[in-house]
Amino acid sequence: MNSSVATTHHGPASGLSRWLYTTNHKDIGTLYLWFSFVMFLTGGCMALLIRAELFQPGLQLIQPEFFNQMTTMHGLIMVFGAVMPAFVGLANWMIPMMVGAPDMALPRMNNWSFWILPFAFSMMLSTLFMEGGAPNFGWTFYAPLSTTYAPPSVTFFIFAVHMMGISSIMGAINIIATILNLRAPGMNMMKLPLFVWTWLITAFLLIAVMPVLAGVVTMMLMDIHFGTSFFNAAGGGDPVLFQHVFWFFGHPEVYIMILPAFGIVSEIIPTFARKKLFGYPSMVYATASIAFLSFIVWAHHMFTVGMPLVGEVFFMFATMLIAVPTGVKVFNWVATMFRGSLTFETPMLFALAFVVLFTIGGFSGLMLAIAPADFQYHDTYFVVAHFHYVLVPGAVFAIMAGAYYWLPKWCGNYYSETMGKVHFWCSFIGVNITFFPMHFIGLAGMPRRIPDYALQFADFNAVATVGAFIFGFSQLIFLYNVLHCIRKGRKASDEVWEGSHGLEWTLPSPAPYHSFSEAPQIK
Amino acid sequence: MEKLLLGVSGLFLFSGRAHADWTVNLTKGVTEISREIYDLHMVIFWICVVIGFIVFGVMLWSVVYHRKSRGAKAHNFHESLVVEIAWTVVPFIILIAMAVPATATLIKMYDNTEADLDIQVTGYQWKWRYQYLAEDIDFFSSLSTPREQINNTQEKSTDYLLEVDNPLVIPVGKKVRFLLTANDVIHSWWVPEFAVKKDAIPGFINEAWVIVDKPGVYRGQCAELCGKDHGFMPIVVEVKSQEDYEQWLAEFKKADALKSQAAEKSWNLADLMATGEQVYSKACLACHQANGEGVPSIFPALKNSAVALGDEALHIDVVLNGVSGTAMQAFKDQLSAVELAAVITYERNAWGNKTGDIVTPAQIAELKK
Repeated sequence: MNSSVATTHHGPASGLSRWLYTTNHKDIGTLYLWFSFVMFLTGGCMALLIRAELFQPGLQLIQPEFFNQMTTMHGLIMVFGAVMPAFVGLANWMIPMMVGAPDMALPRMNNWSFWILPFAFSMMLSTLFMEGGAPNFGWTFYAPLSTTYAPPSVTFFIFAVHMMGISSIMGAINIIATILNLRAPGMNMMKLPLFVWTWLITAFLLIAVMPVLAGVVTMMLMDIHFGTSFFNAAGGGDPVLFQHVFWFFGHPEVYIMILPAFGIVSEIIPTFARKKLFGYPSMVYATASIAFLSFIVWAHHMFTVGMPLVGEVFFMFATMLIAVPTGVKVFNWVATMFRGSLTFETPMLFALAFVVLFTIGGFSGLMLAIAPADFQYHDTYFVVAHFHYVLVPGAVFAIMAGAYYWLPKWCGNYYSETMGKVHFWCSFIGVNITFFPMHFIGLAGMPRRIPDYALQFADFNAVATVGAFIFGFSQLIFLYNVLHCIRKGRKASDEVWEGSHGLEWTLPSPAPYHSFSEAPQIK
Repeated sequence: MEKLLLGVSGLFLFSGRAHADWTVNLTKGVTEISREIYDLHMVIFWICVVIGFIVFGVMLWSVVYHRKSRGAKAHNFHESLVVEIAWTVVPFIILIAMAVPATATLIKMYDNTEADLDIQVTGYQWKWRYQYLAEDIDFFSSLSTPREQINNTQEKSTDYLLEVDNPLVIPVGKKVRFLLTANDVIHSWWVPEFAVKKDAIPGFINEAWVIVDKPGVYRGQCAELCGKDHGFMPIVVEVKSQEDYEQWLAEFKKADALKSQAAEKSWNLADLMATGEQVYSKACLACHQANGEGVPSIFPALKNSAVALGDEALHIDVVLNGVSGTAMQAFKDQLSAVELAAVITYERNAWGNKTGDIVTPAQIAELKK
């Protein structure tokens, strides 16, 4: 089999041109994943600088102006540079192999979707060296702080966001086209692995909301350079309009960052429980319901802007409703584990931590949904704790779980299990020491995005900073483990895991450069 | 347990952290609404704890008892419509039970009936302006923590970053309505003990109200990122008994009258420079910096600048009326005639800007009319 593959197909080109010109879904997946890891470390360094400044009250390391640039860049890089590209990378690698397709449906566009990103982020990072500094108005860039009062570099930020949006939309189109058109014969929709399902729904969310983001930054551009007053009250505009448009993008965006994570965890838990996923159809319907609801809850980010009572009530109810399908997913995962035969390899550890810690983030989300209480929580560290719980031990842990889970299939070798476990426990402990105390300082009254704070918040801030450094530096273990795995890990079998299930595990390890050139038959 | 926690916290105490504590929960506050919100918060919290206990309990049970190393064999059930319906319907019912009291509180918060006192609150970068609509009272309130404490060269006071020069004063037991707006970017006026957090948005007037039960000093902060000194625009509200409040009103008005008389006396350069330096550090330093050099591309320099060295009338106009479309605010209403004259004189004579010009308070008082 292997030799026939080598004679009938081209292998990868050699040198740099392999990566520049590649249209191979595996190469592009690899590019996305390394890119996202570099961005993860970049955004992480910014987070550590923020935490170092907040270690003690008073200004020690950086000035407020630069602090605001750090919080802004940290958020933008983690959302658009680390989490989203990581999921696209996993999709590129796994979706064709999971549905029995030879490649993505639109391979040349795939190349372009990736190669836009390094340029977009170079431009965005270059603003740090511009006169007036980088964007400093928070990753939510509320007008008029981001228009009339913004540093000149805001124009570069707008252009970078446009490029990221184009990349995401093309990636999403490609994923939809692949899933709908290139499934192997017999692979009907209700047989799709859950990772594929969640990505299909995510891709529709991306196509629906990235143009809205592009719209809102274009309106900013018009306000800044072309004399319009969309968001300028002095010219008859409306600063609150900005928030409505932004969050109409922004809320589906948070599900874009979590639905693929649900998919990954739904692959991993059955493998290591050696038991079929409980309630597959309800998982699919729950994902679709969450996606639908994500479009009608945006104003729960704006409970304090002075909406009318009916608006508050509607958005409170709709938001609370999201807890139902999300709960269904958590219950299904737990039911999958129940009476299984569990082992705890690194991917499973990350997946279990995901279920517990994401659920904690879900609980604080439910609390935030209660509109009257949100008047106290809004824009405090309680919110910071909430969304870091769903994004770090949520999205990021799921990405790491997926990386460990599929790594042996990608490079043909096992990673070091011991190092993987050390990485897991350091990350798990670090994440909780960092973000759990933020619930407390938030409830005690510390607003977010401040470079210095009153003395009663000092102790928990010091604790959080210690945790952040533990979490940050333990990612170097991950890097080392991956490099070690690629170079000289123990040889992996084709099925890799005892309980593995699905088409990707029928391919050899490492997966050949071209796979499923002939479609497999699905019974 | 509390003692133990305090003991542990003692180990972590750094110098100047006398006020440090380990508060972990929301304040109950001092209004009816804040107490209701606290109760809602606790109810939803305990609901989450119970659900978490059950879900994580089952999970932990599986992790412990259904592990392969204990010889567990996987069962193969993977579907049950009854169970799926049950865990869809039960959470739904819990949510409805929770939504009812939450909506009731929300309706109370939106009760916009007549208030005893109306105060317009305007957010500025980075201070608050309070205007008592029925009285002739209008003042600005900004951070009073000295820079030395922020830069760690002086020991931090108990109310570090939560202290202001002119606190808002309101009477106890009266319905006070706040009408919130902003002059430049969006701010958010938040006092945790009142459970009032409302965005102050340019071009909008938002409403919030409060009836405080007990006199005291309550502190809060701006809650919406509003630029460089977002972390340095606290709110302090002094709630006084009716008599004390009225006495404060009278004293405030008396002090105000004295201020306008000061403009009539004659001032020399040295006095204006001394006053000007103080005003500068309070009103201008955040942007234009102590050395008058500003921040390139964002906040223009005053040292050697065309405005500070050029035509006096233009300089006065910029300071009094601001520059539209930029961060430069109009200081006409923010500062007294004496303060304005002093700070303009200071800017024209500090950092080597040796124009020798004196702008007199009388000159400014004339313009302010």
